[in-house]
Amino acid sequence: MNTAARPIKLACRNVWKVYGRRPAYYFDSRGYIIDPDALAERLRAEAHLPAVVDASFEVATGEIFVIMGLSGSGKSTLVRCLSRLVEPSAGEVLLDGRNLLAASGKELIELRRHAMGMVFQNFGLLPHLSVLGNVAFPLKIQGKPAKEREARAREMIALVGLEGREASFPHQLSGGQQQRVGIARSLAVGPELWFLDEPFSALDPLIRKQMQDEFLRLQRMLKKTIIFITHDIAEAFRLADRLAIMRAGKIVQIGRPADIVLNPADDYVAQFTEDMPLLRVITAGDIAAPANGAALPERSVAADTSLEALIPQLASGVTAFTVPGVGDSPSAVLDAGAVLAVLEREQARRKSS
Amino acid sequence: MTAPAAAFRPSLRFVVEPALLPWCGLAVLAGLCLLLKNELPWLVNFPKQWTLPLATYINAVTDIVVAVIQPGFRALSVLLDAPMRGARLALAWLPWPAVMLAVAALALKSSGERLAVFALATLAYILLAGYWAQSMNTLALVLLAVPISTVLGFLLGVLGYARPRWRPVLNGALDLMQTVPAFAYLIPLLLLFGFGPVVGLIASAIYATPPMVRNTMLGLDRVPAAISEAGLMSGCTRRQQFWQVEVPTALPQLLVGFNQTTMAALSMVIVAAIIGGFEDIGWEVLSSMRKAEFGQSILSGLVIALLAILIDRLTIGYAKAPETGPTPAMRWMTQRRLALSLAVALALAIVIRLAAPDAMLLPETGLRMQMGAVNQWLLGLVRDYAWFFNGVRNAVLYCLLLPMRVGIAGSATPAMWGFSLPSSVLAAYLVLVLALAVLALRSFGWRGALAVLAAGLVLYTGFLDLPWPVFILAVALLAGQVGGPRLGFFALVGFGLILVNGLWPQLVQSLYLCTLAVLLCLLVGGALGTWAAHSDHVSHILKPICDALQTMPQFVFLIPALMFFKVGEFTALIAIMLYAIVPPIRYVEHGLRHVRPDVVEAVEQMGATPMQTLLQAKLPLALPVVMLGLNQTIMAALSMLAIAALVGTRDLGQAVYVALGKADAGMGLIAGLSIAFLAILADRLIQAAVARSAAASH
Repeated sequence: MNTAARPIKLACRNVWKVYGRRPAYYFDSRGYIIDPDALAERLRAEAHLPAVVDASFEVATGEIFVIMGLSGSGKSTLVRCLSRLVEPSAGEVLLDGRNLLAASGKELIELRRHAMGMVFQNFGLLPHLSVLGNVAFPLKIQGKPAKEREARAREMIALVGLEGREASFPHQLSGGQQQRVGIARSLAVGPELWFLDEPFSALDPLIRKQMQDEFLRLQRMLKKTIIFITHDIAEAFRLADRLAIMRAGKIVQIGRPADIVLNPADDYVAQFTEDMPLLRVITAGDIAAPANGAALPERSVAADTSLEALIPQLASGVTAFTVPGVGDSPSAVLDAGAVLAVLEREQARRKSS
Repeated sequence: MTAPAAAFRPSLRFVVEPALLPWCGLAVLAGLCLLLKNELPWLVNFPKQWTLPLATYINAVTDIVVAVIQPGFRALSVLLDAPMRGARLALAWLPWPAVMLAVAALALKSSGERLAVFALATLAYILLAGYWAQSMNTLALVLLAVPISTVLGFLLGVLGYARPRWRPVLNGALDLMQTVPAFAYLIPLLLLFGFGPVVGLIASAIYATPPMVRNTMLGLDRVPAAISEAGLMSGCTRRQQFWQVEVPTALPQLLVGFNQTTMAALSMVIVAAIIGGFEDIGWEVLSSMRKAEFGQSILSGLVIALLAILIDRLTIGYAKAPETGPTPAMRWMTQRRLALSLAVALALAIVIRLAAPDAMLLPETGLRMQMGAVNQWLLGLVRDYAWFFNGVRNAVLYCLLLPMRVGIAGSATPAMWGFSLPSSVLAAYLVLVLALAVLALRSFGWRGALAVLAAGLVLYTGFLDLPWPVFILAVALLAGQVGGPRLGFFALVGFGLILVNGLWPQLVQSLYLCTLAVLLCLLVGGALGTWAAHSDHVSHILKPICDALQTMPQFVFLIPALMFFKVGEFTALIAIMLYAIVPPIRYVEHGLRHVRPDVVEAVEQMGATPMQTLLQAKLPLALPVVMLGLNQTIMAALSMLAIAALVGTRDLGQAVYVALGKADAGMGLIAGLSIAFLAILADRLIQAAVARSAAASH
C-alpha cells in the first residue's frame, strides 16, 4: 500500500471546531503559532467546547481513511467540517488542492451535487419517497429529466442488491435494507469523495458484517476516496487502509493498522488496540523485507494476506514466502522468523494484560 | 458495627431553609388580616373608590381608533362577504344525495368503510332531524375559516421556525389567542366589521390559527438531523431543502395541525353563533336552549356532536395511517377512484338540479317539527326525577360549593347549614389542620405542611373572604420560588391589574369555580384513568367516550347540564367538568401505562402489593405526565368559563358575557385578558414545577 505514489484528494490542515459564545475570538492569531493543547485547555476553562482540535491529515485518491474514536470524541463533527455541514472555526480543507472553506454558497452546492456523497448513521431517508424516489433524489435536485434519473437510480439499486424493492417506502424496509438505499443514494451522482458517518453502527452485528463485505466489494469496483467514521475498532481495522484515532477532539495517531498495533503512540492507543489480534491485523506486506537481489522463495503470497492465514503453511514446514510487489515496487521476502516474532510479541502482550 | 450506624443518624438540629422565611412572614400577615378583618373591611373587599376606570379609558381610545380604521375593515368585511355568500349558496345548492356520495368517498379514502358508514349515518340523521340547511350554513363558515387559518398558521409557523428569535413573541401571541375567550374579542370585531357573520368568520380564523402555527413549528423542528443533512449533501438550494426535504418530512405533523385547526374553527363558528344572523346550527342550539326547548336543543346538539366527530375522523385519517396498515377499502379507494367519485357526485348534483331546479329534496317535516311530545316527555322526566337531580345539586351546593366560596366560617350559620359552629368545634378544626400539617411536615417537608395550612385557611374563610393582600402575595411568592422572579413579578402585576379594575369579586368566583372543577376532575378522572390503566376492558370503553368528549364543541356540554340542573352555578360546574375531565383520564392512563417496565418489575419482584406498586412506584414516576394532564385540565376549565357564563355564573366569564351584551369593549377585553392571565400563569407555574422536578431527578 504505497500511498505516497497517489495524488492527494483531500487535505485537512489544522481544522478546529469550537462551540461556545464567541469561538472566533480565539482564532484571530495573525501569524503566531498556536499550541493546540494549551488552546484547547484554555477554551475548556473559558466555557467553550473544542469539539475538533487541530485536526490535520491527508487522504490519497482511492484510499479508505477511517476515523475512529469513542462517542463524543469529535469524529462526526470532524467529518461534517470536511463537507461544511458544520462550519469549522479555523483551519483549511483542501479538495483537489482547492480550499473548500473559501467556496461560496453556490460553489458549495455544486460541489455537493457532483463531487461528494454521504451516508448517515440513521440513514436520513426521506419518509415520503419510495426507494426509487430516494435514490433519484440528488438527481432530481439537479433538475435531471425523469427518465435519466430513474435509469441511473435503478442502476444504483441493482448495485446494492435491492432490485424488486424500488416501490417500497423506507418504513417498510429493514435497517440493513434502508442503509443500502442510503448507500445507493449517496453514489447516484457518481461522487469521487465518499463520506460514511458510522454507516453500520445502527445495524445488528450479523448484518453489520454483511454490509462491511458489501462495502469492500463496492469499493473494489468503484475505487472512491473514502472517509469512514466508526466507533467500532474491529470494523476500523477491517476496512481501513489508514486510520486516525481521535480522543477528546484531537487526533492522537494516524497510520496503517499494522503501524498502530505495533507502535501505539501512547497508552491510550495501546489500551484501545490491545484486544486486536496482531496476527490478524498485520499483513505479509507489512513485515516482508526487501529481497536485495537474493533468490526469491518458491512460495508466494499476496501482500494483503494476514499472518494468521500463513500459519498452516508455516506448520507444514515452509520457511519463507515471496511477497510480489504492487506496481513498480520490487518483490520482497517474508521470513518465517519474522512471523514467529510477531507471534511471540502477541503472547507477551496477552500475558501483560 | 455501631460506627456506621452512628454516622448515618440524621442530625436533630432544625435548619430553616431561606425559602421558608418569606412564608413565615406571610403567615403572620394572614393572621393579622384575619384578626383585623372586621375593623378594616377593605382587606377583604377591595373598595370601589380605589378602582381605576381603565375600561372607560380603553373604550375612549377604541372609539377613536375604530372611527379611524373602521372603513378599511368594513371594506374587508364586504370583501369577505362575497366568498361567504358564495360558499353558502354553493352548499345550499348541492342536493343532499350528492353531498352524501362525496363525503362517503372521502371517508372511505381517509379511514375505510367504518367511517364511511358513520358519515352516511350522520348525514342521514341531520337530514331526518331537519337541520340540513343549518348544518350546511355552519359548514360554509368552516370551509372559509379553515383555509384562512391554515395558510396564515403555516406562514407564521415557518416564520417561527426560520427566525427563532421571534419565537417568544410569537408564542406569547399564540397563548393570548388561545386563552382570551372569543366573547372578549367579538366586541372589538363587531365594532370594526359591523354586525354579521363575517365577525364569526374572523373570530373563528383567529381562534383556529394557533394550532396550525404550533404544529408547523413542531413538525419542522422535528425533522431528523440526518434527513436535513442528507438533503444538504444532495446539494439542495435553500428553497429545495425547504419544499422537498423539510415540508414533506414534517407533513404528518402539518396534517395534525390541519385537523386541530379544523376542529377549532368548527367549535368557534358554533360559539360565534351567539351574535346571530346566520341561521346556523349553533344558533339553533342557542335559541332552543334559551326557550327551554330541550328536545330541540338535544337534537341540534347531537347534530353538532356528530358533525364534529365526523370532521375530526375525516381529517385525522389523512394525517395518520392506522397502525395495522390501510384497510382493503382504503386501498381500493385510490386517488383516481376518489376523483371519479367526486366527479360523479358533482354530475349527480347537476342532474338533480336540472331535473328539479326548485325542489330542496329535503324531508318536509323534520323530526324537530314533532318535538312537542318529546319536549313534554323530557320535561316530565326532569320533573319526575326532580327529587334526585335537586338532591344531587343541593348536596354538592351546600357541601362543596358553599364552603369553597364562603368558607366554613360563612356557611356554618343557621341560614345556610341550619346551625352555627360553637367555638369548641372551631378549635378542634384548628387542631386538626395543625395535626395534618405536622404529618405533612414529616413526610413531605415544609412545603407539604405549608400546602396543608393554606388549604385549611382557604377552607375556613372561603375564597370570597380571603384577604386579597395575603392571596396575591402568596401566589406571587409561589410563582417566584417555582418559576423565578420574573414569573412572580408577572403574577403580582396581573393580580394587581385585576384588583384595580374592580374585578376582584369576579376573579375570586372564577378561582373557586375552577379550583373545584379541577379538583373534582382530577379525583374522578384520575380514578377512571387509573382503572383504565389496569384494565384493557375499561380502557376500551373509555377511549371512544373520551374521543367524543374531546371533539365536542364546548357549547354542547351546556345542554344536558342545563336540562337536568336548571340555571345556576352547579350547572356551570357540571358543564366545566364535562369539558375538562378528559385530560386527567387520558394523561393518568398514559402516564401509568408507560412507566418504565423495568422499574415496575423490580418493585414487584421485591414483593410489593399492587397498591404499593401503584402508590410508591408508578404514580411518582408518572407524575410529570400527570402534571401535564393537570395543566390541560386547568386550561380546559378556564376556557369553558366564558361559555359556562351562559348558564348563570358570577365570574369573569360572566363579566365578559355581560360586556358583550353591552358592547363594552374595554370591560370585555379586561375581563377576557384576566382569564387569559390566569391560564398563562397556571401554565407557566406547572411547567416550571415539572422542569424543576425533572432537573432534580437528573
